[in-house]
Amino acid sequence: MLKINHLKVSYGGIKALNDISFEVPAGKIVTLIGANGAGKSTTLRSIIGLVKADSGEILYNDTNIVGLPTNKIVGEGIALVPEGRRTFPDMTVLENLKIGAYLRTDKTQIQEDIDWIYSIFPRLKERHWQQAGTLSGGEQQMLAVGRALMSRPKLMMMDEPSLGLAPIVVQEIFSIIRKINNDGVTILLIEQNANMALRTADFGYVLSTGHITMYGTGKELLENEEIKAAYLGKKKKM
Amino acid sequence: MSLATFLQHCLTGISLGGAYALIAIGYTMVYGILRLINFAHGDLFMIAGYLMIFTLADFPWYIAIPIVLIGTVVIGIVIERLAYKPLRSAPRMSIMISAIGVSLLLQNLATYLFTALPRGYPEIPYLKRIYQFGPLSASFVTFLTPILTMALVFLMVMMINKTKIGMAMRAVSKDYETAEIMGIKINSVVSFTFAIGSLLAGIGSILYFTDRMSVNPFSGSLPGLKCFVAAVLGGIGSIPGAMIGGFILGIGETFLVALGFSTFSDAFTFILLIVMLLVKPTGLFGEKATEKV
Repeated sequence: MLKINHLKVSYGGIKALNDISFEVPAGKIVTLIGANGAGKSTTLRSIIGLVKADSGEILYNDTNIVGLPTNKIVGEGIALVPEGRRTFPDMTVLENLKIGAYLRTDKTQIQEDIDWIYSIFPRLKERHWQQAGTLSGGEQQMLAVGRALMSRPKLMMMDEPSLGLAPIVVQEIFSIIRKINNDGVTILLIEQNANMALRTADFGYVLSTGHITMYGTGKELLENEEIKAAYLGKKKKM
Repeated sequence: MSLATFLQHCLTGISLGGAYALIAIGYTMVYGILRLINFAHGDLFMIAGYLMIFTLADFPWYIAIPIVLIGTVVIGIVIERLAYKPLRSAPRMSIMISAIGVSLLLQNLATYLFTALPRGYPEIPYLKRIYQFGPLSASFVTFLTPILTMALVFLMVMMINKTKIGMAMRAVSKDYETAEIMGIKINSVVSFTFAIGSLLAGIGSILYFTDRMSVNPFSGSLPGLKCFVAAVLGGIGSIPGAMIGGFILGIGETFLVALGFSTFSDAFTFILLIVMLLVKPTGLFGEKATEKV
């Protein structure tokens, strides 16, 4: 579904992504893991068109989307749940969901989708009249996911959905990610919580300082000694 | 001061305040979206005055008014595209300096094209007709201004809270990037904001100059500053606030003049600004300074 070929991105001369290539097959969950500053967020931001690529291709269903404006890319069915949730704090929960459907014009379908989101996140339904800024971190994350789903994406990208959440909420978020994936949405997930991410994902790529250093199925990477040492906090057996 | 005179001054004050409010809304809306104080807004108001003089020379008023409003909107959008859009990602100070530049450009362009001599503002007979309500007598425009202002403010607030473009405006004013990944085109929203602000400045200019009879290249600068004060007073970013701020200034000024302190009527505005900034810098209806994130 999504194929990245030799993507290079830099910010004012500093190379953030140095020739990375990877693939997100339709219907799968793919994760990019890596330390701070490895270029994970930059990858997502360049896919959605917020950051301009220096060179390389981003093929979405075999068409190159590099250089398209963000609203076109979103219209093609790619959504981003941004890092830190970024819900609109003084809009209500319902308005936040509605703005997620900004590019859509099918009113009845939008209402059905709001009900669908409420069935995934019953808590949002209870709080639909509240301002998003009054929600807890976990609820805001759910709202950010719901808002992204409102554009009816074929590919949903998530930037650190577990950031700053209690472990039990993290569990909940990841089970919801699986549920959404079962509903047919392809997922590209960025995580520092490598353990959770690799357990959930079908494929994983390890990104460090702008390069892809390793890849494999989630299971393979979980059992890899180097990854265990670097990302999972387990000692290498000597 | 008899009750009749008091009411008469109230009416004059509210009417002047209404015209101020319409211009103040332009400042406040642009600030809400771009965090830019558009110093050229007052001069756009002056240009709208000149536009009216020239169109009314050739057309009847019911054709001239739409032409003036459309012309003002077009000029407002062109200013944004040429002077502000290229600076979208520049530091805020640069875009502010650009706004001051546009303001000076418009004033000097008007001086060059139309000379610095005041030109008579044409009369629209319907607006100047005198009406009598009990002890109050005033021209139609004096009654019309506050009513029109309140109706327009009501429409603005409805638009911002209930419509899709209003929702997009609120989103852009909070967070550019997130608004963008919702699929909102930032540039269209900004242009739309400038269009609305300019439209109101155009309407305000017709109401304001009809009562004042003449336009010169600098007749936008002091009212522009005052309306900026009105916007700050009401809480910059808030549309009802801008309206209240406009009314406060209009009524305050009128009463100072009525009481014989006409020399101080302009100073009043700016003293009010200083006091407001010292006591409540966010204005009467301003956004809270900090938000829980």
